[in-house]
Amino acid sequence: MTTNTQNTAILEIKGLSAEINGRAILKGLDLHVRSGEVHAIMGPNGAGKSTLSQVLAGRQSYAITAGSVLFRGEDLLSLPAEERARRGLFLGFQYPVEIPGVNNVYLLKAALNAKRKQAGLAEVDAFEFLGLVREKMQLMQMDESFLSRGVNEGFSGGEKKRNEILQMAVLEPVLAILDETDSGLDIDALKVVANGVNSLRRHDRAILLVTHYQRLLDYITPDYVHVLMDGKILKSGTATLAHELEARGYDWVREEAAHT
Amino acid sequence: MASTPHDLDNLVAQKYQHGFVTDIESDTVPPGLDEDLIRLISAKKKEPQFLLDWRLKSYRHWQTMQEPHWAHARYPAIDYQSISYYSAPKAKTDGPKTLADVDPKLLATYDKLGVPLHERARLAGVAVDAVFDSVSVATTFKDRLSRAGVVFCPFSEAVQLHPKLIEQYLGSVVPTTDNFYAALNSAVFTDGSFVYIPKGVRCPMELSTYFRINAANTGQFERTLIIADEGSHVSYLEGCTAPMRDENQLHAAVVELVALNDATIKYSTVQNWYPGDENGLGGIYNFVTKRGECRGDRSRISWTQVETGSAITWKYPSCVLLGNHSVGEFYSVAVANHYQQADTGTKMIHIGKNTRSTIVSKGISAGHANNSYRGLVKVAASADGARNYTQCDSLLMGSECGAHTFPYIEVKNPSATVEHEATTSKISEDQLFYCLQRGLSQEDAINMIVNGFCKSVFKELPMEFAVEAQNLLAVSLEGAVG
Repeated sequence: MTTNTQNTAILEIKGLSAEINGRAILKGLDLHVRSGEVHAIMGPNGAGKSTLSQVLAGRQSYAITAGSVLFRGEDLLSLPAEERARRGLFLGFQYPVEIPGVNNVYLLKAALNAKRKQAGLAEVDAFEFLGLVREKMQLMQMDESFLSRGVNEGFSGGEKKRNEILQMAVLEPVLAILDETDSGLDIDALKVVANGVNSLRRHDRAILLVTHYQRLLDYITPDYVHVLMDGKILKSGTATLAHELEARGYDWVREEAAHT
Repeated sequence: MASTPHDLDNLVAQKYQHGFVTDIESDTVPPGLDEDLIRLISAKKKEPQFLLDWRLKSYRHWQTMQEPHWAHARYPAIDYQSISYYSAPKAKTDGPKTLADVDPKLLATYDKLGVPLHERARLAGVAVDAVFDSVSVATTFKDRLSRAGVVFCPFSEAVQLHPKLIEQYLGSVVPTTDNFYAALNSAVFTDGSFVYIPKGVRCPMELSTYFRINAANTGQFERTLIIADEGSHVSYLEGCTAPMRDENQLHAAVVELVALNDATIKYSTVQNWYPGDENGLGGIYNFVTKRGECRGDRSRISWTQVETGSAITWKYPSCVLLGNHSVGEFYSVAVANHYQQADTGTKMIHIGKNTRSTIVSKGISAGHANNSYRGLVKVAASADGARNYTQCDSLLMGSECGAHTFPYIEVKNPSATVEHEATTSKISEDQLFYCLQRGLSQEDAINMIVNGFCKSVFKELPMEFAVEAQNLLAVSLEGAVG
């Protein structure tokens, strides 16, 4: 956990500024994440939470105007999206997209093999892979029919989010960024997703939970909570900060920041 | 999320893999078209009088016709006098050949194209007729097929060996007067494949014709005729390639299929004629008439096509459903990249009772290409209980290309059911980013998305060719998003 001195730096964001279509969204954001840690990024709508996720994952529609990001000591911003993924950066999407006709398992196998290739490992064969996926599917309580369906094709909101965590479980990332993973989930689906995430907490992995509500944090207890407002981290604290935000809203954070 | 169209626009730098020229001595007639030329072709083929008369009648009718321009395609007028209508590799011997007699250069050409003509090679389960410019140069597995009673041979050989069948069926599905290019083809056609499956025979292997244009300034006018007698079954596939040249070359084929009672013909095409370069220079004009007649009750004709090549494609493989309970199917993937123009679709003509037809069309446009689906579903007053289902999906890659749908529906029987569904979509930036974020390369991601889009058509292809079709698609769209 946080006190472990062996924890290594996973993500070091310094003064990150980014804009889209000439509109500044991130304005000098700092964030440090070490292995073994779970960080929650909270903030009101439009604060830049999703922008942060997308920028870290390498979405090209955003322009980086200032700052630097190191991912395990390597310059993240100079890498294309697929290279970031192969090095162990995973984004669980807020709105996982449907890809009609493309088999779920096929995409997942291609993803795993792309990552293994990067690591100099042999590709997994279909048989071995199916065993792995079945095991992880049990964790996410997904039924067999999932294997033959198209990527997110006709999935309910809950199924899509479970599918994201399943992919995370198979790909075993170093850093998982989960963007609004709780949105659109009923309480049962939320528990399944949270259990899945909790089971994936490890000493050599970091998780960034991007969320609007405190609800998800009832099931996944973060080590740190950050408030993202006006394009930067205005306040950081522990899990108790999330409860305070739930009770008092976000405006006080901005006022407090203005006085310091 | 805002999209970045410039990303999608870059993926357009196709490499055509079959663009080489075989250096082989050819017997090529000078450019020009008149009755003497037609007599010359007929004499070279030692054709019976009825066929020469048929050609001349077609030619005289063709002279009264106008080149059609209703297709959604633009091109300069074609000078029919500047084309050479006959070109054949010089043979060392005359008469029927065995594989051992075939010029090694030709064998090497087909090896290079991935269609080895040795019977023990990769396509061990497929009989191949190889048509090089105007003539057939080799047909494999003839013995094995003839033991089953199946006739599979070059068209010109069939004229000699089975003149009765030719006289009975030639032009019975596509009349010489049908359209401008069919009339031209009827006058000057040189070779192609002939297939006859006798009563009750299930053809023991896939049949395939590989068309290759090699000589410059020639047109290829092939003629294919497939007859499936009562209760028989055949699966046939054609493939097409040509060298890269700056001049456009004309390919105007006619394919006729006849299915009698309870017969099934499955006809698959992987068309990869040279499409022209990325600026639209060169490429084949593929103006083809393909039609099948379900003449017998409970007969079935199924067209599956993967069209990735040609500068312009103008073809509408059709089914005339005469027999009661007969079935027509059309599954199509048409890819147009760079400046390619594709105007393709089908006609389903329901005449018999309880006839059924299915149309699934997948059009993919990239670069500056235009891709049109044009289809006619016609239900005659006699076609009680006829049913059609049509699905047309278009996929756009980039912002400079176009997708168009021209469905025509004519129903004269109130008991008919006709359904039409159409969608147009883009490979979204979201889909692409999703795949990239999972570690896939851009090329792999696009191939995967496009293959997913085409899945319902690819699964109709014979297995040996489904993989080839997927690879072809990957090559055709190489660089279409970047």
